[in-house]
Amino acid sequence: MIASLAPRAFSVFERNVFVYRRQWLIIVTGFFEPLFFLLGIGYGVGGVIGTIPYGGVEVPYAAFVAPALLASAAMNGAIFDSTFNIFYKLKYGKVYDAILSTPVGVGDLAVGELLWSNLRGVIYATAFLAVMLAFGLVASPLALLAPLAVIFIGFSFGAAGFAITTHMRSWKDFDFLFIILTPLFLFSATFYPVEIYPGALRWIVELSPLTRGTHLVRSLCFGDLNLFMLVDIAYLSAISFIGYRHAVRRLGVLLLK
Amino acid sequence: MTDSASTPTALIRARGLTKVFGERTAVAGIDFEVRDGEFFGFLGPNGAGKTTTMRMIAGVSPRTSGTLEIFGQDPDLQGSVIRGLIGVVHQQETLDMELTVRENLLVFGRFFGIDRASIATRADELLELFQLSDRAKDQVEPLSGGMKRRLSIARSLIASPRILMLDEPTTGLDPQARHLLWDALQRLKRGGTTIVLTTHYMDEAEQLCDRLVVMDQAKIVAEGSPRQLIVEHASREVLELRFPNGTESIDAKVLEGIGDRYERLAERVIIGCENGEAAHARALEHGLSPESWLVRRSSLEDVFLRLTGRSLDE
Repeated sequence: MIASLAPRAFSVFERNVFVYRRQWLIIVTGFFEPLFFLLGIGYGVGGVIGTIPYGGVEVPYAAFVAPALLASAAMNGAIFDSTFNIFYKLKYGKVYDAILSTPVGVGDLAVGELLWSNLRGVIYATAFLAVMLAFGLVASPLALLAPLAVIFIGFSFGAAGFAITTHMRSWKDFDFLFIILTPLFLFSATFYPVEIYPGALRWIVELSPLTRGTHLVRSLCFGDLNLFMLVDIAYLSAISFIGYRHAVRRLGVLLLK
Repeated sequence: MTDSASTPTALIRARGLTKVFGERTAVAGIDFEVRDGEFFGFLGPNGAGKTTTMRMIAGVSPRTSGTLEIFGQDPDLQGSVIRGLIGVVHQQETLDMELTVRENLLVFGRFFGIDRASIATRADELLELFQLSDRAKDQVEPLSGGMKRRLSIARSLIASPRILMLDEPTTGLDPQARHLLWDALQRLKRGGTTIVLTTHYMDEAEQLCDRLVVMDQAKIVAEGSPRQLIVEHASREVLELRFPNGTESIDAKVLEGIGDRYERLAERVIIGCENGEAAHARALEHGLSPESWLVRRSSLEDVFLRLTGRSLDE
């Protein structure tokens, strides 16, 4: 099953490789955003507050923020591709109508697109990890696993973004996306520990997929292996699965009438 | 039962094929067969159900009821296998605007699981065949309509399909581009490709199709070769009489007396007959005074008119 599915999904991935061979500069832009946040917040604000308690010890603020920026870079890479780019292909490009006239099916199509959006996430995460290493912000060799860990982030946001995109009617609907993404980025234990939130609010924030992704990456970067990382992985995998299933069903409704 | 030995194999076979969208029945229980190596047409006005039928064959539209077999397989169950053996050219352009001309072929070949080296060879052959070699590295957007259509057809042939399906392939093309395309399709047919096309152009169906079905309002209203259909549903010649002031006032008895059959349109009367000149003489004897008149051979247009009481343009 997987053996016969994989080459077709990969051919969809390859189509994007062809497109971005000429547009690699667009991908590069996504690398700068987390870098600016690291400089502005990590070192700017960090210069004022110095250190922050993490795992019972005081750590430099920039080192605390950096893993969260790495996680959100992966989120952005995946979600921008699975929303804007997929919407264009779905609605205007007619690209999917052509693809579905070949042996490729909706399931292959969704897997191929998710692999691609994930690659963007992994590229951003890897590039940012290099920045962290250069700035001496990595406390543990386990940090080298971060680009692998962000695959869980990439799949969950990619699949959720894809599923949401299948319900978009026009470009205007994308304004709603930012209403979700901006608070997600700001409040998901990115710039301060989640323990700061009082009572129920904390548990809401704990449910944010980016909080889980940040927890996963931060634990690796500080070499702090813990069982909650398995919860992170399970939670992000569940979102990936539900998002994927919904996206495939919606593609069927939209394209296989 | 030795019919399979004597007649060519049916590649596509539909029985009671039906598609319903909510309240609307797009295809209402049609039967047809497409045989190996033939050029088969669905002729009919917009909204007759041609495109929906094509989509069901291509395995991208599950049928509501009836049976449908392509290479003996059910497209709703074996869609991927079937799609691997057919090439599809959509009515609307579905070329990938983010890729160059040649890349459109390369990427498409990968969807069929062909290895890269074979695709590259095949892509260059097809670009040559469809006279697109000098545009290989160009973006798709600036190509002319005729070139885009040729590229779409080239792309649909990347996996050397046994059946090529074309939905309204020449709509919107100028006459020269149209003839170029017709030539290309006839070459393909000679090479052994089975071709299924939809069209609302009578001359196109007449030029290209070995056999066709005429569709109207979700049903098949006639079937046969263009020649057969003309013989069965039209006379040898047609006399057209023009009455710019309208045709309502003309006595039906007079019209019946002129030829074998007639159709009364708003400003024209179309008379099917053996001999157009003789019919014209009879019309004048009966006291008709048309502003102008012409005699021509019967065409599929007349068949359609005869079968549905409507002209295709209406």
